Amino acid sequence: MTFPILSVMILLPLVTGALMLVMPGSEDSRANTARWLALGTTLVELILGIVLWLNFDIGSSAFQFQENVPLFAPYFSWALGIDGISLVLIALSVFLMPICILASWEAIRTRVPEYMAAFLLMEALMIGVFAATDLFLFYVMFEGGLIPMYLIIGIWGGANRIYASYKFFLYTLLGSVLMLLAMMYMVAEAGTTDIPTLMAYDFAEGAQTWLWLAFFASFAVKMPMWPVHTWLPDAHVQAPTAGSVILAGVLLKMGGYGFIRFSLPMFPDASVDLVWLVWGLSMVAVVYTSLVALAQADMKKLIAYSSVAHMAFVTVGLFGFNAQALEGSIVVMLSHGLVSGALFLCVGVVYDRLHTREIDQYGGVASVMPRYALFFMLFTMASVGLPGTSGFVGEFLVMLGAFQASTWAVFIICTGIILGAAYMLYLYRRVAFGEITNSAVSTMRDLTMREYLCLVPIAVAVLWMGVVPNVFIDPVRAPVADIVARLDAAGAPQQQVAVAASTDRHPELVSGSPAERSEASMEAAILPEILKRVQDNGVAVPAAGEAP
Amino acid sequence: MIAPAPEPELVIVPSDLPSVPLMQPLTESLNIAAPELVLALGAMTLLMIGVFRGSRSFVGLSWGAVIIYAIAGFALINDAPRALAFDGLYVADDFSRFLKVLIFTAAAACTITAIPYLRRARSDKFEYPVIIMLGALGMGMMVSAADLLSLYVGLELQSLAAYVLAAFRRDETRSSEAGLKYFVLGALASGILLYGISLVYGFTGTTTFVILAPLLAGEPGVGLTVGLVFILAGLAFKISAVPFHMWTPDVYQGAPTPVSMFFASAPKAAAMGLLVRVTMDAFGGVADQWQQIIAFAAVASMILGAVGAIGQTSIKRLLAYSSINNIGFALIGLAAATPEGVAGVLFYMAVYLAMTIGAFLVVLALRGSDGRARDDMAALAGLSRTRPGLALAMAIFMFSLAGIPPLLGFWPKFSVFNAAIEAEMYVLAVIGVVTSVVGAFYYLRIVKLAYFDEPEAEILPQESTVNGSVMAAAAIFCSPLGMLAIGPLVGAAERAALAMMIF
Repeated sequence: MTFPILSVMILLPLVTGALMLVMPGSEDSRANTARWLALGTTLVELILGIVLWLNFDIGSSAFQFQENVPLFAPYFSWALGIDGISLVLIALSVFLMPICILASWEAIRTRVPEYMAAFLLMEALMIGVFAATDLFLFYVMFEGGLIPMYLIIGIWGGANRIYASYKFFLYTLLGSVLMLLAMMYMVAEAGTTDIPTLMAYDFAEGAQTWLWLAFFASFAVKMPMWPVHTWLPDAHVQAPTAGSVILAGVLLKMGGYGFIRFSLPMFPDASVDLVWLVWGLSMVAVVYTSLVALAQADMKKLIAYSSVAHMAFVTVGLFGFNAQALEGSIVVMLSHGLVSGALFLCVGVVYDRLHTREIDQYGGVASVMPRYALFFMLFTMASVGLPGTSGFVGEFLVMLGAFQASTWAVFIICTGIILGAAYMLYLYRRVAFGEITNSAVSTMRDLTMREYLCLVPIAVAVLWMGVVPNVFIDPVRAPVADIVARLDAAGAPQQQVAVAASTDRHPELVSGSPAERSEASMEAAILPEILKRVQDNGVAVPAAGEAP
Repeated sequence: MIAPAPEPELVIVPSDLPSVPLMQPLTESLNIAAPELVLALGAMTLLMIGVFRGSRSFVGLSWGAVIIYAIAGFALINDAPRALAFDGLYVADDFSRFLKVLIFTAAAACTITAIPYLRRARSDKFEYPVIIMLGALGMGMMVSAADLLSLYVGLELQSLAAYVLAAFRRDETRSSEAGLKYFVLGALASGILLYGISLVYGFTGTTTFVILAPLLAGEPGVGLTVGLVFILAGLAFKISAVPFHMWTPDVYQGAPTPVSMFFASAPKAAAMGLLVRVTMDAFGGVADQWQQIIAFAAVASMILGAVGAIGQTSIKRLLAYSSINNIGFALIGLAAATPEGVAGVLFYMAVYLAMTIGAFLVVLALRGSDGRARDDMAALAGLSRTRPGLALAMAIFMFSLAGIPPLLGFWPKFSVFNAAIEAEMYVLAVIGVVTSVVGAFYYLRIVKLAYFDEPEAEILPQESTVNGSVMAAAAIFCSPLGMLAIGPLVGAAERAALAMMIF
């Protein structure tokens, strides 16, 4: 029997979390032990995550590290396994967790063991969501995450935390119960709860629409998509810093992961039919939430609205139905996980010093905290999508892919990038530059060792992903190709404009008929290669004829 | 769905049914009905001891009652999957066995955990364990009834015990009021039920399920349908399904807390079993007639239970609405009228009993600094600071009642919704899940009070290790660890449900 690494990754935080709750001692000593224990556990999880990545067979679309114990028959089984998409998201989760623990080191002073236990429970459930290959096991993990997050926001949150925690809980619960009914229908229909089998199962086209809508209700709330995004700004503003990091960094990705894992491969016909809905909502979201972000006076709220806008990029990419767009979406998710997490950390750093998130209270921070300002600028630029950072790769790929599906949509989405630059730079200018108007700002000290430990790893990852994105794209290529094949079979709309670069070799493709589509999209696959060259070598785009 | 029923025959006399022998020798009947006999003899023995030794013997009698429940539980072990006794009045099958295990366990738990409360209230009369046992005997009869009349006898025995229990604190007005209210409304419901039984008897000429069931296989007459509606109304009162729920909040609030705990647990399981037995067994051939009634009661109970609980300030009242809400969910399984649905109902009752007993035990443990029992929501404020164990147990019960995975309380809801989806009752399922979100709101309110708010008043520590350990056992059962019990529990419920599927 092989080492059940996924089960260990899920159970280890649960066990240490439970230990923390029952361990004896005075309040101070318990708090201290809990901190170190949580940090140790999350670091072990990180190491396990690295082991997982190193042993992962990149290039295969099959589920790996599979485990299956029929522990909860007849309803579901403890079935785990990961493909490339799960792998990168698990990696993101285990990467962010130690940083979250560090970020809470001093900020959380009450009920520390409970807090750390809630975070470890959260980590177990996040890994469980991405690693579950049983439909109902996925649901349990997906839904179970509500409880620790509800407690994190409600107990350790800000002034208006109770409203925010309720809103978070009930919004997401309402979305997911409809998905539960759809899952029950699918299992009754297909006779299995195995996700890989269901991904290849063809549901009747009429049923697909309803099932898709039920799943959409859940993932759109989780994502969150306009107009069901309103829980997010409240939850972010009220949650403690680490709660915001994990919320933006990983929990939001569950929505995108759900679309990739369920909606697209399981209901390809409905996905193609209802693309107008997703695109419409995403276009509204990009423009509307960007404008809303521009008007925010609260730093966390601004970043929360920017999250909604970035997530709209993800949905546009996912419903672009081709390899670049899907891969781009995954990169946007990873990048946003890092960047928004880091931005929340940056807000946390100044919040810990001044205890306000009002942008007006700051100004001139760069002159007293130059090192902090450097990091803050890096993450601001990454959020804007500056080339060389992770933000650029994802957004560019998404637009490249989406362009093949609709020119107009990409045109509107592009405005989001411009507006994004506007609100992020505006935020940065108001916080970092200008005269010091608030005398308290001048007494703020620069980053501490602990804060470096939080920010440096993320900065490295952001730059790494920006310069060598293929490390992160390679694992997802094979599973994405499978999904695209299923979508193509369902007649996904693709324009032929994208292959114009190679028309001198294949002039007949310019006005391609539907029969030639699959060939055309294969041709389109050369574009990421071009992109790769751009990023790897920093050279200009080679002429089309030179493309491999 | 119900398989197409055979053509109805106009006249059926018992001798035409060779498969089910209706006449048995008395010894055989006594053997089959052994659990009830154990309880009947046990209750009389306890009563005699109590009469001669007075209320000094209260604690001893309570523990004696637990032993008698255990013996009755062993008497349940029986190899025959389905055996009729007393000329077709009584049936012992997997279905009744499953429910009796629940009933006896709940009754035993309610007997011993009441000791500290009743002592403090100076109501530690020896009658308490005896009356509960008589009620349990009635419930055993209810779930084993194979005739409308034995059903009625069992129901009345249980109800009469319940009326006395509701008014057990004679010196307190609210308790007496609860007893009287319960009695008047309960008597009315019994009358309705009896009237329905008489209509059914009048239109079919029999009250025995074995004969009734084949008679109903065809198109039922109007009179019979009316009779069925009256019977369902009477039974809906007992499970406190909307629109016959009005007594529940008042009685739960007024009755002594251990009695409320008892009302919310064992009788609910028994009445639910009875309802399933009557609908699926006796009236299984006319499922299309009662499915819509049950579906309506389910929807109305879910909505009213969820909405009604929102504004409550008394935890006992809130739990009363919660029980209405939960009965609505359980009824979804019955409305599906499939083996999966019935198994879902049974599974639901098993988990519901643990959740509700646990939640009431937490309420029992809430005593202010003056030692008086508190049942107002404010008593929960900041409980996680003052009494973390109690708060954790309460949080588990509340999340479990709200049906949030991975807590065990999610899975019974899962199983009844699954049955509804498989029976293609999509609208019912959608209404169900949406009301479960509304319901989650008030369960969250309790968690919020215990975890998010600052402590207001001192809460004394748990005074009885027995109560503490029963509560801890219930909490572990309802926690994610309880998911390991899904396999055996659902397996047993499915076997029990098959006993209902004689069509």
